[in-house]
Amino acid sequence: MKAQGKAFRYGENVDTDVIIPARYLNTSDAKELASHCMEDLDATFVKKVQLGDIIVAERNFGCGSSREHAPLAIKTAGISCVIASSFARIFYRNAINIGLPIMECEAAVAGIKMGDNVSVEFTKGVITNETTGERWSAEPFPPFIQKMISADGLIQYLQQEVLL
Amino acid sequence: MSMTMSQKILAAHANVDQVRPGQLIMADLDLVLGNDITSPVAIKEFAKFGIDAVFDTSKIALVPDHFTPNKDIKAAQQCKMMREFAYDKKIEHYFEIGQMGIEHALLPEQGLVNAGDLIIGADSHTCTYGALGAFSTGVGSTDMAAAMATGKAWFKVPSALCFNLTGKLPPWVSGKDLILHIIGMIGVDGALYKSMEFTGEGVASLNIDDRFTICNMAIEAGAKNGIFGVDGVAIAYLGAHCKRTPLVFQADEDAEYERTYDIDLATLRPTVAFPHLPDNTRTIDEVGQIKIDQVVIGSCTNGRISDLRIAAKILKGKKVNPTVRTIVFPATQEIYLQAMDEGLLKIFVQAGAVVSTPTCGPCLGGHMGILAEGERAVATTNRNFVGRMGHPQSEVYLASPAVAAASALTGYISNPESIEE
Repeated sequence: MKAQGKAFRYGENVDTDVIIPARYLNTSDAKELASHCMEDLDATFVKKVQLGDIIVAERNFGCGSSREHAPLAIKTAGISCVIASSFARIFYRNAINIGLPIMECEAAVAGIKMGDNVSVEFTKGVITNETTGERWSAEPFPPFIQKMISADGLIQYLQQEVLL
Repeated sequence: MSMTMSQKILAAHANVDQVRPGQLIMADLDLVLGNDITSPVAIKEFAKFGIDAVFDTSKIALVPDHFTPNKDIKAAQQCKMMREFAYDKKIEHYFEIGQMGIEHALLPEQGLVNAGDLIIGADSHTCTYGALGAFSTGVGSTDMAAAMATGKAWFKVPSALCFNLTGKLPPWVSGKDLILHIIGMIGVDGALYKSMEFTGEGVASLNIDDRFTICNMAIEAGAKNGIFGVDGVAIAYLGAHCKRTPLVFQADEDAEYERTYDIDLATLRPTVAFPHLPDNTRTIDEVGQIKIDQVVIGSCTNGRISDLRIAAKILKGKKVNPTVRTIVFPATQEIYLQAMDEGLLKIFVQAGAVVSTPTCGPCLGGHMGILAEGERAVATTNRNFVGRMGHPQSEVYLASPAVAAASALTGYISNPESIEE
């Protein structure tokens, strides 16, 4: 499984209120949420984003609220992967649970600029800046989480593996 | 191997003798919480299981508190979906408008939280219940859906930071100032993935409302949970609210902490978090002249009776500055009634403040107190991110009820010590 696209590069502590402002949380419709994605941080994001593009951000991405609307808006906007130096824990959980691929790799974040062409090979955990040719290895997920991702999310994993 | 208090609660709920940091476990839950924003997404996910019943109708709490009383048609639709699910699945703890309060004040008050419980909620401030010696943490809607179906959730066992408290808080300094001080010290990701365990002889002087406030904002340091040991103060609260016998877990004496912070409560000052992060803190002495347009006193962080008493003490017999819109929202109906009985609501109204029904509304820029472009608010809430209370070019300054009330009187961020009684 591979993702490739243009990088949207942001700073540290990108919070869930700027990813999807609460004034839009009176709906759970994914497309409507996606139409306001990143609005208070980067009003041009929604106009520019194309299917497969990648968000690259510094530490503590997704801090703040537990709203699953945040990873859902990002995924539905067309983003194929979020690469960050670190993730806030609820966002990390939510992204895995809904099947939005995420990668923690500080070195890659430092080596990627806004608009660079970036590719990610998920199984190997390899991130490549196709614009500069630089390449990095990210920490792979623990086996438990890999199983969940290959089952296509938490609900399916639980149905298959354990509880029902 | 020794364990922290948080680790012991997780081990007990995973039916194992021992857990270690980093270990992935599947654990049994005592309570699953959702609100009117997160539940609709969870209900859609729950439907994917293709099962009729929830795991236990008495262990789920659904609280329509965010955009209620319904702020618009879309919010009304979301609340309707949640209400119909609650009736259809025979959820015992569904709180309709009239019984509803802000979830993290309501659940302990209604006796749904016990010491030793393992609780998840689809709301990031679910970590509040650590004040009563429970392990509680925020999750997303899919986790909530899975938990409603199975009664279980997966956890990565956290390591912990220890906050060793000594001394006593000075007058006008509260639990809010302590937690803002801590977040300022360690940063908004200073406790990322970790437990924050509060201990030391200073704990005894913190009332239960201060402890709720402190645990409530553990998430603002990135923590998985915040937790206090179970002492007489916690037992007294539980005895008055929860019918179950408290299950007391204690950290081992040689429990391992990644780091221990020693804090003398007597040295703390009223503290304010400037825009746009909760770790951007300054003591009241370093604030300078900041003109404000609105004051919000309430929320899951500071809408409890002690908070209202402090605000009323400052506002009694005075008038808020005519340029400051002052909004007070008691967190639950019980707190509202108590504030009425104690004459606090009259003090607020006579001072020129408005008193709202319980709602999360203004804290997250939902309704009941939205800021326009360029406006500033002092709020006793928990987040001051860009656009949190309204326009992306508005600003929120986080503070205690004492600082908020003092600021309402002067129109500037003010030191409660400077207000004459």
